[in-house]
Amino acid sequence: MAEKTKLKGLSRELIALRVASALEDGTYVNLGIGIPTLISDWIEGRDIILQSEIGMLKTGPLATGNAIDQDLINASCQPVTSMLGTSYFDIAESFGMIRGQHIDVAVMGALQINDKGDYAGWSNPARGLFVGNIGGSMDLCAGAKKLYIAMEHTTRDGDYKVVKNLSYPATALGMVSMLFTDLAVIEITSKGLVLLEVAPGISAEDVQSVTEPKLIISKDLQEMQF
Amino acid sequence: MDKVFPSIDEAIADIKDGAMIAVPGFFACGVPRALLQAIIKKGTKNLTLTCGCGPLLGATDELKALVQNGQLKKVIDSYGLYRSASKGMQDPFEQAVRAGTIEFEVYPMGTMAEKYRAGGAGIPAFYTPTGVGSVVEEGIVTNIEANRGQKETRIINGRKYVLEYALEPDYAFVHAYMGDREGNLRYAKTARNFNHVMAAAARVTIAEVENLVDSGAMDGDDVHTPGIYVHRMIQVPRPKFAITID
Repeated sequence: MAEKTKLKGLSRELIALRVASALEDGTYVNLGIGIPTLISDWIEGRDIILQSEIGMLKTGPLATGNAIDQDLINASCQPVTSMLGTSYFDIAESFGMIRGQHIDVAVMGALQINDKGDYAGWSNPARGLFVGNIGGSMDLCAGAKKLYIAMEHTTRDGDYKVVKNLSYPATALGMVSMLFTDLAVIEITSKGLVLLEVAPGISAEDVQSVTEPKLIISKDLQEMQF
Repeated sequence: MDKVFPSIDEAIADIKDGAMIAVPGFFACGVPRALLQAIIKKGTKNLTLTCGCGPLLGATDELKALVQNGQLKKVIDSYGLYRSASKGMQDPFEQAVRAGTIEFEVYPMGTMAEKYRAGGAGIPAFYTPTGVGSVVEEGIVTNIEANRGQKETRIINGRKYVLEYALEPDYAFVHAYMGDREGNLRYAKTARNFNHVMAAAARVTIAEVENLVDSGAMDGDDVHTPGIYVHRMIQVPRPKFAITID
């Protein structure tokens, strides 16, 4: 079965690097838990301001050693540092900023995504619970001007994560515009999934073999540049 | 006005079985750990703890004690389970949620924030775009099937919104870096998170502060929560947290 063959794609760090290079200078960005968190390592020195929904703008690099302060963490519960120009605010202000469409890009992880830009990320039914950890994900989907997904292209067992129909509970419908995986960069358009880039050593056929919906191959298809 | 109580036990003495208590904190950051320990010692039962983002995953010892002492009826939060399913299976709270002995009601985090903001500001309910297209739109997300109910939705200017209700807890336990005797509070960095909105939303707000100062010692420009929202104060040592979730 072709879809069970695990293709050798990018590391999680390189997926994060590819997303980082897609972010524009002069933007306000929120990073979700998982691969998105790693993006912060690749944007140091750039004119990108990270919003952390705990109530912080201009979140600095991760803190280590004596710089760790239990009163200063990001939304993934990692100790972080402040920077010149950092501001703090309370949670209603933070989510007002998010729902009020002031965040340019939110990058989230996902369990499944389909060709309409719907995605599922807050609950895995295999856990056998109707409830789950929603966190800030649905607010970011509702409010960010652009929503990107960064994830592994398939499950650990090689099953589809890019599917025709979500079988996991949705986080949001029709909001995702770009998908970055270990194998490909895909744009979600009204016509469907457009394959823009493939990882080094990966072909368009390889990506299609692990993608359930039919891909539209961009006429400008290229290998990812780092 | 002097709102300082002689002891933490006296500050929570009137909390009765069945009370709803707001517990701020974002994982291990800004959690009122001393007040949680005091309510464990008091043994108050049938509590509803209404949170915002997993303070009980930060104050893990306190959560374990509350569950094992049978003090919890219900927890409301946006994030309350361990990320790892295998760790969750070992967690007494998740076990109680699976067994249905504790109710766990879940909302998006921004909706939790707005429930307190609205509750403190005299707004009984609000329409939000968050959750449209998910199970959050259809009804209350809870492990207790009978309580799932329906939510109202409305199209405003062509976009769909969900009606969510304000929260006005009986008590809020808040944690501040500094407070004066009249209840003006100042928080440290990201430890502010849910503390201010919960202080404003609750009928009785009890603040534990790391640094208690005399009235007038704080500059008015430095106050994050004006004292009108704070009813009782106690001084506590700076708590210690392990900064991790998984």
